[in-house]
Amino acid sequence: MMSSSFWSMGGYARYVWPCFAFAGAVLAWNLWSARRHHAAARVRAARMLEMAAGDDS
Amino acid sequence: MWTWFYKLASPPYVYGAAAALAPWFLGAAALALGYGLIAGLAIAPPDYQQGEAFRMIYVHVPGALLSMTVYAVMAVASAVALIWRIKVGFAVAAAAAPIGASFTVLALVTGSLWGRPMWGTYWAWDPRLTSELILLFLYVGVMSLRSAFEDPARGDRAAALLATVGVINLPIIHFSVVWWNSLHQGATIVKLGAPSMDASMLWPLLSMWLGFMLFFAAVLCIRVQGEVLNRERQSTWVRMAVKS
Amino acid sequence: MTVGALAAFALLLRRELRLSFRRPDQLLQPLVFFLIVTTLFPLGLSLQLSLLRDMSPGVLWVAALLSSLLSLDSLFKGDADDGTLEQLALCGQELALIVVAKTLAHWLVSGAALVLVSPVVGTALGIPPAAFATMMLSLGLGTLTLSWLGAIGAALTVGLKRGSVLLSLIVLPLAMPLLIFGAGATDRAISGSSALGALYFLGSLCVFTCTLAPFAATIALRITLE
Repeated sequence: MMSSSFWSMGGYARYVWPCFAFAGAVLAWNLWSARRHHAAARVRAARMLEMAAGDDS
Repeated sequence: MWTWFYKLASPPYVYGAAAALAPWFLGAAALALGYGLIAGLAIAPPDYQQGEAFRMIYVHVPGALLSMTVYAVMAVASAVALIWRIKVGFAVAAAAAPIGASFTVLALVTGSLWGRPMWGTYWAWDPRLTSELILLFLYVGVMSLRSAFEDPARGDRAAALLATVGVINLPIIHFSVVWWNSLHQGATIVKLGAPSMDASMLWPLLSMWLGFMLFFAAVLCIRVQGEVLNRERQSTWVRMAVKS
Repeated sequence: MTVGALAAFALLLRRELRLSFRRPDQLLQPLVFFLIVTTLFPLGLSLQLSLLRDMSPGVLWVAALLSSLLSLDSLFKGDADDGTLEQLALCGQELALIVVAKTLAHWLVSGAALVLVSPVVGTALGIPPAAFATMMLSLGLGTLTLSWLGAIGAALTVGLKRGSVLLSLIVLPLAMPLLIFGAGATDRAISGSSALGALYFLGSLCVFTCTLAPFAATIALRITLE
């Protein structure tokens, strides 16, 4: 199934494959960015809680 | 039934629900995208007119559809937050914006790559691409406005108003671009659109669209958690959530 | 002494106009900008009127858009900087009244002025006098709509650092339909066909915006003021 005609996409390979690669990159960026954003938010929240606890004591 | 709706206004509930739902959305998205890619790339036959190049539809069209859907989600969340003062809405709107902007860029780049073999140029001022470009400007405007305020609450509200104004303008903008394009149509028009679709071509497309939607839901859930945390740092429930 | 709404509106409008005319140089700057930008195109493209004529609707409209944007930044800024805006908001009259008065004054002083100057610029770009009526009508409707879109943007960005760039970023995408229909109408008038369709669309956009934008701009001002 993954014959050479599949990879060459009827001659359009240099458009089709970068196209799908870019799509994959966008999806990957979304996932990575969202996770990083969440992690940073947790760190910031934890730090603020520590500071508040420090003020109380 | 309305208690469910009230729960949605509660930040800890939304945080918990998003955390629980995200992996399911992601898994379902993987399945839908997987089938869509395999069927679209390998099983569907090449198009009579466009040959193998038509396969780019499998990422271009879902990207474009999502870019508009996400803007609508952002606008609805913004309007809800503004009108009923449900602050979680601001978190949802802020989470949706970068995702939607990335899908708009995806639609533009894939549209450009599709246009090159079809029209011979990497860019053409056709109604769909032009509308997508203007949509990108609208996204950038909302995100820039939100970040320009020192007071995040004020930035949330300003960005929410802009998103609502923008969504009202979207149909106007699209219609005007279509009208403009019909005035200046060139000699050859190969519409950057779906060729008349056989079922074997259509199902992978629908699956890709569904997969993109599920993926958006998953990423939105993850981002919303961060956005809610950023807005609710003072609350007690955050302590529990962060410790876990 | 309490003042009725209509009287208050008239007072505010008079105040705005008087303030504008007190600084004639600030009044003229957008107009001069309009003339300068229109001059850039022949310099950059071609001096042949026949060629310029083809591009003239677009050039005219882009120049009008940009010069209107210039003056929009100061719609609320002056009063916001010295605290007058907050006083006006607290004075007991509807905030919407103030917004309408300011925006109308802005349009009278910038947009209407552009419309009056446009035949001069049109001649410089090779637009035939037969098309002037359509051109001026489309510019009038368009600049009025733009003043309102700009009022929303100005209210949202008042007091922000580098607010003027952000203002343009926000307002220009929303103004693209105006450009399309306005330039389209002028273009059709130049080529001799009926511009009525485009003018109707422009008119409906104008009415739509003038009806809803005051609410949006007032809400925006409340967001940034409180």
